[in-house]
Amino acid sequence: MADRKKITYRQALNEALHEEMARDESVFILGQDIAGGAQNEAPDEFDAWGGPFGVTKGLVGKYGKSRVRDTPITEGAIVGCAAGAAASGMRPIVELMFIDFLGFCLDQIMNQASPMRYMFGGKAKVPMVMRTMIGGGFSAAAQHSHSCHSLLVHLPGLKLVTPATPYDAKGLLKSAIRDDDFVIFVEHKGLYETKGPVPEEEYLLPLGKGEVVREGTDITIVAFSKMVLIAYEAAVKLEQDDISVEVVDPRSMSPLDEELILNSVRKTGHLIVVDEDNPRCSIATDVVALVSSKAFDSLNAAPKMLTPPHTPVPFSPALEKFYLPNADKLVELVKETVPAHA
Amino acid sequence: MAEVTTESPKETTAFADIDHAMGLRMYENMRRVRDFDEAVHELNAAGELPGFVHVYVGEEGIASGVMTAINDDDFITSTHRGHGHCVAKGVDISGMMAELYGRVTGICKGKGGSMHIADFSKGMLGANGIVAGSTPIAVGAALSAQMRNSGQVAVCFFGDGATNEGIFHESLNLASIWDLPCIFVCENNGYAQTTATSYAMNVKDLAVRAKSYNIPGVIIDGQDIIAVHRATKEAAARARAGKGPSLLECKTTRFYGHFEGDNLKYRDPNEAIEARKRDPLVLFANDVAPVIGVTGDEMKAIDEKVAAVIKKAIEFGKSSPFPEPEDCLNDVYVNY
Repeated sequence: MADRKKITYRQALNEALHEEMARDESVFILGQDIAGGAQNEAPDEFDAWGGPFGVTKGLVGKYGKSRVRDTPITEGAIVGCAAGAAASGMRPIVELMFIDFLGFCLDQIMNQASPMRYMFGGKAKVPMVMRTMIGGGFSAAAQHSHSCHSLLVHLPGLKLVTPATPYDAKGLLKSAIRDDDFVIFVEHKGLYETKGPVPEEEYLLPLGKGEVVREGTDITIVAFSKMVLIAYEAAVKLEQDDISVEVVDPRSMSPLDEELILNSVRKTGHLIVVDEDNPRCSIATDVVALVSSKAFDSLNAAPKMLTPPHTPVPFSPALEKFYLPNADKLVELVKETVPAHA
Repeated sequence: MAEVTTESPKETTAFADIDHAMGLRMYENMRRVRDFDEAVHELNAAGELPGFVHVYVGEEGIASGVMTAINDDDFITSTHRGHGHCVAKGVDISGMMAELYGRVTGICKGKGGSMHIADFSKGMLGANGIVAGSTPIAVGAALSAQMRNSGQVAVCFFGDGATNEGIFHESLNLASIWDLPCIFVCENNGYAQTTATSYAMNVKDLAVRAKSYNIPGVIIDGQDIIAVHRATKEAAARARAGKGPSLLECKTTRFYGHFEGDNLKYRDPNEAIEARKRDPLVLFANDVAPVIGVTGDEMKAIDEKVAAVIKKAIEFGKSSPFPEPEDCLNDVYVNY
């Protein structure tokens, strides 16, 4: 890796978009406020926001308003429009600002874009990406804090990736844009300011392949998105207790890197899954079911989950702190799960 | 702009713009659409076909009127009542019939069935089981055409019921603000399943909804293929000139029920009897053909040719093998 300063998750995404738009003219972006001020002519004004968190900043000045296309607030139409454009020769990236707005476009996701290839006998390609944001921790309450990605993982015909670091964000977004299937790209709003090393030279990361973020021998923690950072923090703290934690980031929820997870549990004999989605019928229960059914003999204790409770996301900081997983809660759960060393 | 106009049937008494070749094409197109779904109607009643089937019989003037007015490489999106659109756009009839039989030789290899026939090589981007579900997809195809500067248009077919869905509003609005080459063709057959249009909306002509988007809204007699053809030509010319979308409301009647097996208790039986007096094929044969020189013998020859095509399609469908059970597992992704 060529040496350069660490960049933020936001910059990493922005670089991926720049590179792929320069590389392929059929790539374009549509979404609300992705430039901002679309009614204005002056570049500074129409790139007023560059997306609500600045991820798409600077693109409109370089690629123009046709390829960096501000839309009305019309989620169903833009997701469906992306599917139609993808089916007819383009490679759209549509931004669903917050995953909380999923209800408005769910038909276009579950009945149109996802099953299109299958329904039409494998002859259709739907090379579209839907970028969206999850995550609590901002006192944004129940309608702007959802992490309901499990709802989407449930659907066949789409892929879903959840990068946790700037390096993963850039490599996975570039791959998602080049992929010929419908990919949902899930960003956590608590990650945009985080920094990490990203090489100068071009690289791609394969969809559906995870990584062992930190090796360990006593317990496997499978974590997704921002929860990978929490798992890493907990793992470092648990060193003091002489508990060796292996942190596994599958990086994609669909396809899920099953072998990576199973091999880790076969080694450690213990499993905790950490995710920010609600627990019922979730990716956390899915991973527990996977391990229970395919690596039961390797388990020395019941697999556990650290997720929020089955409630909407609360507003008050006092309540939201209780709601969200964090490293301290994870440390406690690990200590309950792994027997103390003699 | 935004004026709601009515295509007067009187205007169609002069056919200077429809030559003999176009007349033959129109008649054959309608005959194919009609005979395909009459065959499906009978096959379904005989218990030959699995699943839900919605036939297009009675509405042929619309699909054929539109399709004879656009180009082969233009896009269309369709509805659950989509056989007619597929046939009219040139999708292979044997492949369609095999699809309805659930056979591996079907146009979608038996994965889609009646409500999901598509053939991208013919610009047919899919029938659709979700009411109004295809409206933004047509908008996306139109956006693709505009961005690629290809000169193509996208025609979105939908029923009266679709215009009460939120996504209908979103789609027309988006197409309108971006001046997309999109033609929204509403097939108003008076019923959304069992529920009459008069109950479901407080306007008589849903073409007036075009006013909300500052685009032309045109009321058309859907039984009159010439009127549909002309209105489509005008809308397509406008779309290709970069002037944006249009909404065409084609008034029509389905001769049969919403789906095959519908008891039709919600509809006065006289409606179908009256509708058959305005059968689009009969209207064409009586009012148009003599004026443009299409003869009875020519139409009879087309009838025989199409009957043979349909017969062959049924034999092909019936005799084709089913998919292997494990085929259930493929075609979900390009790679996974």
